[in-house]
Amino acid sequence: MQRQLANMKQSLFDQGYLDEQFIQLEELQDDANPNFVEEVVTLYYRDSARLIQNLEQALEKNPLDFGKLDSYMHQFKGSSSSIGAKRVKIECTQFREYCRTGNAEGCKKTFQQLKKEYATLKKKLEVYFQVARQAGPVEKACRPK
Amino acid sequence: MTVEKIRGGNENSDNFPVGLRVLAVDDDPICLKLLETLLRKCQYHVTTTSQARMALKMIRENKDRFDLVISDVHMPDMDGFKLLELVGLEMDLPVIMLSANSDPKLVMKGVTHGACDYLVKPVRIEELRNIWQHVIRRKKFDSRNQNRSAEQAKSYQASGEGHGSATTGNADQNGKFNRKRKDEEDESEDNGNESEDPATQKKPRVVWSIELHRKFVAAVNQLGIEKAVPKRILDLMNVEGLTRENKYRLYLKRISSVATQQANMVAALGVKDSPFMHIAPFEGLGDFRTLAGPGRLANAGLSPYATGGMLGRLNTPANVNLRNLTPSALLQPTHAQNITALGEMHPVLPPTNQNPSLFQGMPSSLELDQLQQNKCATGIVNFNAIDDSRMYTASNAFTDTGAAIGSSTSTVNGIPGNPLMLHENSQQTLSGGGGFGSHSSHNMTSFSLESLTAGVYGSSNLLDPGSAESCKMQPNAVLSTDPFHGQLPLNGVRENNFSNGSYLHNNPVDISSTTMALPFEDSREMQCQENSYIPANGTVSPLSRSLDQDSEIFNQKTGMFINSRVTGGASNLMQKNENEKLATESRARSSDNFLLEQPKSRGGFIPRNYDSLDAMMNAMIKREQDETIPNCDFGLDDYSFGAAM
Repeated sequence: MQRQLANMKQSLFDQGYLDEQFIQLEELQDDANPNFVEEVVTLYYRDSARLIQNLEQALEKNPLDFGKLDSYMHQFKGSSSSIGAKRVKIECTQFREYCRTGNAEGCKKTFQQLKKEYATLKKKLEVYFQVARQAGPVEKACRPK
Repeated sequence: MTVEKIRGGNENSDNFPVGLRVLAVDDDPICLKLLETLLRKCQYHVTTTSQARMALKMIRENKDRFDLVISDVHMPDMDGFKLLELVGLEMDLPVIMLSANSDPKLVMKGVTHGACDYLVKPVRIEELRNIWQHVIRRKKFDSRNQNRSAEQAKSYQASGEGHGSATTGNADQNGKFNRKRKDEEDESEDNGNESEDPATQKKPRVVWSIELHRKFVAAVNQLGIEKAVPKRILDLMNVEGLTRENKYRLYLKRISSVATQQANMVAALGVKDSPFMHIAPFEGLGDFRTLAGPGRLANAGLSPYATGGMLGRLNTPANVNLRNLTPSALLQPTHAQNITALGEMHPVLPPTNQNPSLFQGMPSSLELDQLQQNKCATGIVNFNAIDDSRMYTASNAFTDTGAAIGSSTSTVNGIPGNPLMLHENSQQTLSGGGGFGSHSSHNMTSFSLESLTAGVYGSSNLLDPGSAESCKMQPNAVLSTDPFHGQLPLNGVRENNFSNGSYLHNNPVDISSTTMALPFEDSREMQCQENSYIPANGTVSPLSRSLDQDSEIFNQKTGMFINSRVTGGASNLMQKNENEKLATESRARSSDNFLLEQPKSRGGFIPRNYDSLDAMMNAMIKREQDETIPNCDFGLDDYSFGAAM
């Protein structure tokens, strides 16, 4: 179980879904905060769902309000980087770049991409946490190579 | 505050930084939670809120509740920088900015608004482990500043006699205190203090003082000198933008009606100026102030204004000064212009220039009313280009305006040979404002040359531009009438010399009639820091001084002059009260010192920054030609100028 967990995590890192920040989160988890990581991630998904919705709505307007889009995305990026959602963060950066250049098509396309990454990560993390709960207290993960 | 204080005087005395009380503000719940956990991991006491307003409320409720604030930049209910400013100003708490955006422009903004540090998300625990250093550092600075300020204040007092009451509060931190106490004077002194030690405290203080100063001034202005209560001031400060406009107008109004209130004006001006100055975002007004200040920096010696990098500070003083001058005299209408002029200057001038801005502003103000407006602005602009450190340019600007008025203007600009100008100025002064103008401008340049004195004179001339015409030497007559001009006429000759301050001086109507002496002191104080400006009654003086100082400052050399001048000026000012003659004498002396070398600090007033004073003095001395001593003082009086008003 533990090993399975470790493998899962390793693969998440290898595939670039997660980065260093996630490790930081795990390090913060201790007896006082036994489920810290999961709590934070859950919080993230809840809060970012709101942002995603805002973005959706904003992207349907015509013409696009790049300033507002950029502002939402800035927030989204901040949260995502806080939990170590690497791929999501990359998409955010790309999106903001398109906003900066006023590329509406680019924005929309990137956003779709972003949503995909976001959903994928969510699923993977759900599984991860499930296994983690079964495996017992989460051991401090050894850093991915 | 000592380290113990940090701990809140309870547990953790031995375990610092454990128990550091941190307030975390971030609208993003994930980041906030993360931050909270990280901080707890460092064993700090954490309080979190996602609302900036709530954070402010918590801090205000109990100023001693937190040691440190960490705030996100991007927040919906209030801009992170605004929160930073408010906290810094009101509470003097170290604030760390946090953002997902690592754009250097934002970081810079954080610095200018007074942030101790800037962290980029996602935050790592290692970074948080070190934040306590900011708390300690600030406390150390504070106590050091306070000590220093106190000492400085004392010295100031001794020298400057009346400067402003011991500003003891170190410019920055103390500034706050002082301000509350003395409002104007304190500020000046504080600034002065700060200037003395800009190097050490530059960074923390600058931000503080500028803002504080600004706000302070603004607040004071709004409240009226008499009623300036710290609390109200603080409140006002929060409404800076509003006050600005109001102040300005109020200021102008005040100036015009000053005659009797010269002294007040000076004070107010100083104060007001600051606010005014402030108002214009650091850049605009601040620049002014800073002009005074920055110019100083370059000169190092000069410092009254800039003293040390306290650009911020100078700005305020400078601004203030400028304001004084301008508003009082002509500025009313021109004032606005001046400001703009000043503003113009700013962009051009980098911190050092800032001083010029002051001048510019000043001349603008002076001129504005009369003629100068155009000139000033231009003159000022010129300055900017010229100097980084040259305040002179600012002065030139002034002179330009003055030049317009008088014929000398031409001289002014080119003034490198200010000394000559001075002479001319004297003539010019007679010729009326125009002459002044020219001189002034000269002065400006001369400053750079060291001939500050010349420039000074020129500037003084300029100041008069408006008045110059009328006054030519009517120092007295003019003085009273035109705050600015009044001075010029009398001092016209002399004043021009000051050009820096001269512009300012102009208003001061020299002090001779007005309480010049007084203003001078005031101006000095107002000038803050360096400007030994002697809070000219007419406030003009201060301005002049600032100018002078600024210009002087630029020239390092001139700075010397300034110093000497300042002292001279200071002394003059002082004398002024008694007689303008005395002032002139001192001025003459100062001018000598000034011109020649440097600041001998004649009056020993303001050893520091008096430069401007000196310049003024020199100018004045030169002016002596006019003998309207009042004028001479003018330079010095510029400060007092306000009084003259």
